[in-house]
Amino acid sequence: MTDIQYLAPHTLDEAVGAFAAAAGTARILAGGTDLLVQMRAGMVRPGLIVDIKKIAEMTSIEETADGGFVVGAAVSGAVLAEHPRFGKVWPGVLESINLIGSTQVQGRASAGGNLCNGSPAGDSVPAMMAADAIVTVQGPNGRRQMPVEAVPAGPGRINLAPAEILVSFTLPPRPPGSSDAYLRMIPRTEMDIAVVGCGVSLTLTNGVCTAARVGLGAVAPTVLLVEAAAKALIGSKLDTAAVDAAAAACSAACRPIDDKRGTIVYRTKVAGVLLKRTVGIAADRAGRA
Amino acid sequence: MNETSNKWIGQNTIRPDGADKVTGRAAYGADTTMPGMIWGSVLRSPHPHARIRSIDTSKAEALPGVKAVITAKDIVEFPLDKSVVLGIQDMRWMCRNVMAREKALFHGHPVAAVAATTEAIAAEACKLIDVDYEVLPWVIEIEDAIKPGAPLLHDFIQFEGKPSNIAGTLEHKLGDIDAGFAQADVVIERSFTTRPVHQGYIETHACLVSVSADGKTTIWSSSQGQFMVRAMTSLLTGLPQSSIRAIPAEIGGGFGGKTIVYLEPLATVLSKKSGRPVKMVMSREEVMRATGPTSGSMSTVKIGATKDGKIVAAQGTYYLQAGAFPGSPIRGAAGCAFAPYDIPNVISRGFDVVSNRSKVAAYRAPGAPIGAYAVECVLDEIAEALKIDPLDLRIQNAAREGTKAAHGPVYPRIGLLETMEAARAHPHYKAPLGKFQGRGVASGFWFNAGGESSAQVNITEDGNVVVTTGHPDIGGSRAAIANIAAELLGIDYRRVSVLIGDTATVGYSNLTGGSRVLFASAIVVTESAEQVIGQLKARAAKVWGISADAVVWENGEARPSGDHTGNFPTMTLAEIAAKASETGGPIGAGVQLNTTGAEGGFSTHICDVEVDVELGIVSVLRYTSFQDVGRAVHPAYVEGQIQGGAAQGIGWALNEEYIYNKDGKVDNPGFLDYRMPVCSDLPMLDAVMIEIPNPKHPQGVRGVGEVPLVPVMAAVANAVHSALGKRFYSLPMSPPKVLEGLDEGTLQAAE
Ligand SMILES: Cc1cc2nc3c(=O)[nH]c(=O)nc-3n(C[C@H](O)[C@H](O)[C@H](O)COP(=O)(O)OP(=O)(O)OC[C@H]3O[C@@H](n4cnc5c(N)ncnc54)[C@H](O)[C@@H]3O)c2cc1C
Repeated sequence: MTDIQYLAPHTLDEAVGAFAAAAGTARILAGGTDLLVQMRAGMVRPGLIVDIKKIAEMTSIEETADGGFVVGAAVSGAVLAEHPRFGKVWPGVLESINLIGSTQVQGRASAGGNLCNGSPAGDSVPAMMAADAIVTVQGPNGRRQMPVEAVPAGPGRINLAPAEILVSFTLPPRPPGSSDAYLRMIPRTEMDIAVVGCGVSLTLTNGVCTAARVGLGAVAPTVLLVEAAAKALIGSKLDTAAVDAAAAACSAACRPIDDKRGTIVYRTKVAGVLLKRTVGIAADRAGRA
Repeated sequence: MNETSNKWIGQNTIRPDGADKVTGRAAYGADTTMPGMIWGSVLRSPHPHARIRSIDTSKAEALPGVKAVITAKDIVEFPLDKSVVLGIQDMRWMCRNVMAREKALFHGHPVAAVAATTEAIAAEACKLIDVDYEVLPWVIEIEDAIKPGAPLLHDFIQFEGKPSNIAGTLEHKLGDIDAGFAQADVVIERSFTTRPVHQGYIETHACLVSVSADGKTTIWSSSQGQFMVRAMTSLLTGLPQSSIRAIPAEIGGGFGGKTIVYLEPLATVLSKKSGRPVKMVMSREEVMRATGPTSGSMSTVKIGATKDGKIVAAQGTYYLQAGAFPGSPIRGAAGCAFAPYDIPNVISRGFDVVSNRSKVAAYRAPGAPIGAYAVECVLDEIAEALKIDPLDLRIQNAAREGTKAAHGPVYPRIGLLETMEAARAHPHYKAPLGKFQGRGVASGFWFNAGGESSAQVNITEDGNVVVTTGHPDIGGSRAAIANIAAELLGIDYRRVSVLIGDTATVGYSNLTGGSRVLFASAIVVTESAEQVIGQLKARAAKVWGISADAVVWENGEARPSGDHTGNFPTMTLAEIAAKASETGGPIGAGVQLNTTGAEGGFSTHICDVEVDVELGIVSVLRYTSFQDVGRAVHPAYVEGQIQGGAAQGIGWALNEEYIYNKDGKVDNPGFLDYRMPVCSDLPMLDAVMIEIPNPKHPQGVRGVGEVPLVPVMAAVANAVHSALGKRFYSLPMSPPKVLEGLDEGTLQAAE
């Protein structure tokens, strides 16, 4: 193994500078729960590791004046769970992050790492998509924002430019009657990788679904935002016909592979089942009568 | 020994190994280092089946930092035409398994090994070894391997006069099978498949070997038998056993999978060649690709019973995967399958099938869970057909004292019936069940074993006790031996220190396997302790000037008796030890024996499951094991054995399997995708220990470590059937398989 340099800058500018200077041989380190595993397996051999956990903006959680949240990309699942308000407003996003790994992994693993790792099975990604989260990224050419669904590019690939760092997730304010939920299917009860994951965020006004977003994981090369499923829910009272239609839309959106983790048939069927269950939980949390 | 008077036997005393383990101080296989130590690494076959035309190691040898490179040439060859058996292994296969000789027979088969100053250099050097392979067609699954025209692994295997992958057969026969079936009112015949599953020990194989300039060899390694390590290493390297000292490390799980060597002979040869101590540690991936799982299987079981529930005939046919070399546990499958029942007419057959996968190794009651799975599922169908409660059917047909088993013995006093009756009377058996929930029962048998054991019991100068035995402790033997020694000597168990000796410090002891260790070592420890007590009495007698016959040993003290009662103050162990040099020298005794009388173990399980019918997920809700444990010398450990068996069986039943890709390679060589259960997957696993003491053992001990796994897959499968009204004939009952099996009709019926 060649020597590895390690840097833990206190500012984003330093981090971006070092990342850029290393010209492709550097890796960002958030919690390291993907990166270190990949290094040990010999899949990646970075020359430089840039640890972003000392950068205040990347490890803070801010509730904005309008009731939205800005969550630093390197905030760990355990820290997010301790926030007094976040989990009340975004229970689905929080549960999606909190079911990553185990207690030990939770002390480190971040939503930023989960997204940037580029896995189609990353658990927090469908929930973040459903939440309509916007990501802020910073690179040598400054800052930009994009919706979270624009980040995944394919298994292990993301749409960040060279030397760009994911800074934070911005979650919008919630109108009354809103909530969200995330469910995944795994053959075990923990320490497993999603065979299908489904995030749903919705708003109910007088029993009618006025807004909905659906994110679906592990059924295609990237996590999917399933607009057809959302459409089937919006305007309905979440009656069986509407939820069935949304479930069918989820199954139709699947472009899975047959692999050791699940068959095409199984994943397609389960996508619909999870949609129904997730909608049910989100609706109950939103105060459905 | 009278239960009620026991002070230490039956107590959950503090584990002698506990403090070191919870503080991280226990030294496992990979934890020992030496000055000048270098690292070994194995080059493994990238092909599932290939002839090795030549190996060129020159480039690897030239790499700076490389100190030695070895291939099969450096390992002692055992010719194919002459069997040399060591324990359950045949050295013809062992020498070819540790290092591929003529052919590489599975993906991951070692073909060369390197020792270098760093792990990275060793790994780099492996890549520089040129192996010229002639790639051959390969075969993984049993059904493919036994087809006519299948690729053949070994030229020398013949079956029914023709070249074949069926390497051996075994048959147990009792009565007249045709006459038996002719008496039956109901006959049910079903076929089953199970997948190979790994023992799943947390600690990967690891060793450190130092061969000195004079050939004296020291091996530190994690195994289930330091004497097995010594003997195998001796045979495979040509070093005499007297030159090898094998020191057992703490073991991070074995479950049968460490009754065999992989690394020790390679590290020994590398150390000899390089003149440096060599350490080797397998990765999890190497463990999954190249160490023994237990067999996958294909089986057919046919059982006939009369209307009133008497089983009159039973026939079982078991094909078991052996991996690349002969030696699957067909004896356990075919031998244990029908052993819990009194059946007059039985044929049970096993077929040993080789294919291009890693050589199987022992796994807790090798073969027996496979045997029980098929039999216990068919019995459930018989009960259903006859409308008899499944436990009642088993009780009616249970083997008991005097029953002649198809695999040979006539049973002495056994506790099978008690396990079944305890299950029937238990609240678990009557607890209500909800929608898509079901309950299954199953019973099982394991042979258990005796064999060679040695022990030394020494009294220290300050009057405490050191007991040395020769078996790696993988299930609580140190704690149990401490209890027994304390009981016999009449002292506090904290004054007894139990150690596992190495091959140079304790007499030959067979490996930890077959549920034999406490059975066998308790016998030699008991005899040693009795000799020590004899010496203690004699020393006191000498001090008092009376005859030794007039001294009794009670509560850790010598007391004058008979005419001399009350004439002298009693002498404690410490007082006698303090006078040892004046009264005849050190006090201690050792016993070495080939023990016999390990009677079989039986258990009966109840399992409740719930099926998520939309996702196909089976969850175990409640599980209770009822086991005849002989005598629970350390009950918490016995309970742990029972719970561990249930956990492993649930994994085998529901999720564990080797997945091969289209290139004949294992596609899930790690714990993420090879799904053993995690804690949250399991309910509290209840253990009901039934103590029917083994009449042939001083403390009544029966083996308890293996039978807990035997009934589990069948109990789970029967519960799934009870929940859904549909039976799955292949394991694992993983979510995709279960969901695929659930059609509308089944679901409606189940509701
Ligand atoms: C035992 C175990 C269990 C797990 N279970 C789950 C699970 O249940 N569900 C699941 O989804 N995942 C699971 N994972 C994977 C992993 O924990 C998650 O993906 C986690 O969210 C990664 O976060 P991290 O902060 O540790 O990322 P890191 O490992 O630090 O980073 C991951 C990748 O993203 C890059 N990166 C990280 N942060 C940034 C950034 N701000 N900008 C640009 N690039 C960045 C890194 O360079 C790296 O390539 C598990 C891992 C382990 C070891």
